[in-house]
Amino acid sequence: MEKQLHSMLSLRGLTRRFGGLTAVDAIDLDLAKGELISIIGPNGAGKTTLFNLVTGLDRPDAGTVSFEGQDITGLSPERLAAEGIARTFQLGRVFGNLSVKDNVLIGAHTRLRAVKPAVPVIGPLLELGLALLRPSSVRAEEERLREEVKAILARFGERLLPRIDQPAYSLSYANRRRVEIARALALKPRLLLLDEPTAGMNPTETAEMQSLVAELKAEGLTILLIEHKLEMVMRLSDRVIVMDEGKKIAEGPGEQVRTDPNVIEAYLGHGLSGTTEQESAA
Amino acid sequence: MSSWFDYTINGLIIGNVYALVAVGLALIFGVSRLINFAQGSIYLVGAYIGWVAVMQLHTPLPLTIIVVAAAAALVGLVIERFGLRPLQNSVRIAPLLATIGISFVLDQLVMLTFSPNPRALPSQLPDVRFQLGGGTIGPLDLLIAGVGITSALLLFVFLRYSKLGWAVRAASQDRDAAMQMGVDVNRVNQAVFGIAAALGGVSGMLVGMYYNQIDTAMSLQATLKGVVAEVVGGAGNVPGAVIGSLLLGLVESYGVAVFGTSYRNLFAFLLLVVVLVLRPNGLFASTRQAPPEPLTGTFIAPSRPLRIPRWALAVAAAIFAVLPLFPVSFYVLQTLINAWLLGMLALSLTLVAGTMGQVSLGHAALLAIGAYTSALLSLTLNVPVGLAIVGGGLMSAALGTLLISPSFRLRGHYVSIATLAIGEIVSLVILNWESVTRGPIGISGIPPLTLFGYDLISPSSVYWFSLAVMVVLALLQGRLLTSHLGRSFRAIRDDDIAARAYGLSLNRYKSLAFIFGGFAAGVSGGIAAHLYSYINHETFNTQQSILALTVVILGGLGNVVGAIVGSVALVGLPEVFRIAAEYRILIYGIVLLLLVRFRPQGLLGTI
Repeated sequence: MEKQLHSMLSLRGLTRRFGGLTAVDAIDLDLAKGELISIIGPNGAGKTTLFNLVTGLDRPDAGTVSFEGQDITGLSPERLAAEGIARTFQLGRVFGNLSVKDNVLIGAHTRLRAVKPAVPVIGPLLELGLALLRPSSVRAEEERLREEVKAILARFGERLLPRIDQPAYSLSYANRRRVEIARALALKPRLLLLDEPTAGMNPTETAEMQSLVAELKAEGLTILLIEHKLEMVMRLSDRVIVMDEGKKIAEGPGEQVRTDPNVIEAYLGHGLSGTTEQESAA
Repeated sequence: MSSWFDYTINGLIIGNVYALVAVGLALIFGVSRLINFAQGSIYLVGAYIGWVAVMQLHTPLPLTIIVVAAAAALVGLVIERFGLRPLQNSVRIAPLLATIGISFVLDQLVMLTFSPNPRALPSQLPDVRFQLGGGTIGPLDLLIAGVGITSALLLFVFLRYSKLGWAVRAASQDRDAAMQMGVDVNRVNQAVFGIAAALGGVSGMLVGMYYNQIDTAMSLQATLKGVVAEVVGGAGNVPGAVIGSLLLGLVESYGVAVFGTSYRNLFAFLLLVVVLVLRPNGLFASTRQAPPEPLTGTFIAPSRPLRIPRWALAVAAAIFAVLPLFPVSFYVLQTLINAWLLGMLALSLTLVAGTMGQVSLGHAALLAIGAYTSALLSLTLNVPVGLAIVGGGLMSAALGTLLISPSFRLRGHYVSIATLAIGEIVSLVILNWESVTRGPIGISGIPPLTLFGYDLISPSSVYWFSLAVMVVLALLQGRLLTSHLGRSFRAIRDDDIAARAYGLSLNRYKSLAFIFGGFAAGVSGGIAAHLYSYINHETFNTQQSILALTVVILGGLGNVVGAIVGSVALVGLPEVFRIAAEYRILIYGIVLLLLVRFRPQGLLGTI
């Protein structure tokens, strides 16, 4: 339990049932500041549901979620975003009709100060007024954020910068995933949840994504990662959690989990290399 | 004196009729996740086919029922084949708009063929009442109950034991999986639309016989009642739709018993709003589930909006501004004044429906709120007209947003239903709240437009005034769209789940969109009130909401310039071609259908 004191995110007995199916079954998890934990497991193991519970898009039937020692169980996703929790989605939920730049600017929404005055009741009306009048403080903030967006996009090399004004629907699948991550970074998150960031990417693109995640980790960002590509998981993770049918069946350093008989039984089946498994999982 | 027993019987009979409509809606929703706004029109068509059969062909009752069912089913098949199937792979908003368009086209065709005057539809049954317990029951009651129960049984047998019925159930559980297993989804859709239409048509005929009267206003009422029953029972849930219908019938019947007939619809819509707010998945939904992840930007058609250079817009504005200086006829100015007023409404709707993705079908209610507020302020409190119009705008912004707020947690089709119902509630409140709104008599003698003490009587001054107000509103809206708010609105429209995950509160931003849009619509209504000098609860009706929606689609969803171009086109072109008024709604409906099918991004493109 002393571990819980220092952890950034901690889950206790987190449970979510859909009808007769228990999608997430009494999961405990502690994530320390700066740590990267990967969650692996077969499709349908409950990984994405777990993310939904942590980010407030779904509410648990039992158990608690705490973030930096504060109970955040059942808070709205808006509140949690303001607390500094950012996530990406498995299927790449970009805003299709918004430009790449605007998509990433939405990521910075919770940080808007000049245009989102924190005044109760009349706050929204002030926001409307400021959006229409646009005093210099508002213009300056917007300008600063636009520069920041360019800096974030530059982390993806030449993948996104040339497309900064293109609508997101026109992007390739891999680029949409990148936009999602850029949007998450614009939030300046304290906790980042990545749901299969390399799904649908070829080996070169996967390697790029892997080095980006490694960079983010080196910068001290706390990351929870869902990933099927085991090689990436083994390289990046401080610890790996294996889920199957909603339950945590193993936890520990990558190498240890890899040889755990339960894991081999439930997830890897007979092949240990993971390559064939990757193909079918992707 | 009617007894409670009679009210109960009456409620159950009406509930049975609603069930025939609601079951069809539930079947269609189950298979295609679509709320068919044309269901009420099929019901209307059924009633009129029944009238033709009984009055012209003198068919006996069993044959009448068969003729109506067959003809209505045919209409349903045509709708499915030509209205909806071509849209199968298009954006989610397309079939929604298509059924709205189809509904208007069908209603107008019936109205043009049979005239809008009510007709009598005799029941062909002996007019006797049987004493039963504390009340009476007639042969028609028994017939309706019989048809209701028989259809339910037939439907049950079909769904449970026939191969096609299995396919329908499979497709409604998981359409893609069913397709992969070799289920012909087109055939399933055909079957479902055919059955739904047959049930709806027979229902319309029975209601016509029950009240011995049919008229073209039945359509919208039936759609609304059927949808209320279906939503109460849980969308797509067939047994739920039956129970929801009986419940709705009873609530209405008891409501009428206690408060009087003019409140019948108010109860139905209040029930809808209460259910939508408290249990949006219906009374019988067991599990709460996170909605499935949508693919990117599937609600509206993606497009690159046409960029019109500022100087071109300035030149166009200047040309329209100097127009009255040239010898143009009063008629042209009058037409353009109408276009500017519609333009303000379209600006409002294009923000709410286009930029924010909340397809409002009750937008005329915002006009009505603005008009009544401005009229009453200037008449009873002697507020100067200019200020009264601003007051109308503010009232429309505040009250409109408050009324619509229960729908903020809803999506897609449900927003349209809720706004349609809220629009009806506003109109019913105006009709019934006589001490303030003067009820059915309406408000007459509204003072003409004045500004800073000058009367705006001449057509040119009214023209300049309305043009100036519209241009100011358009400029403000354009500025709003380029701010962080425009970005936030569009993000919520494209994916509200992802938007929430990035801290955008749906309540906050939907409120802001409706406040801004409500103001523009309210100002438009206020100006109209002072121009017309007389308004009543029917001045601002659903037809205007649909006209505004067509304008918005024509110009391009969310497109400010498009809203104005669309208004000029849809008000101006019928005048240029001198199209008689009764054909206009029909043409708006057809334009809407063609746009959805062939140019969903509108003339200038979605923003």
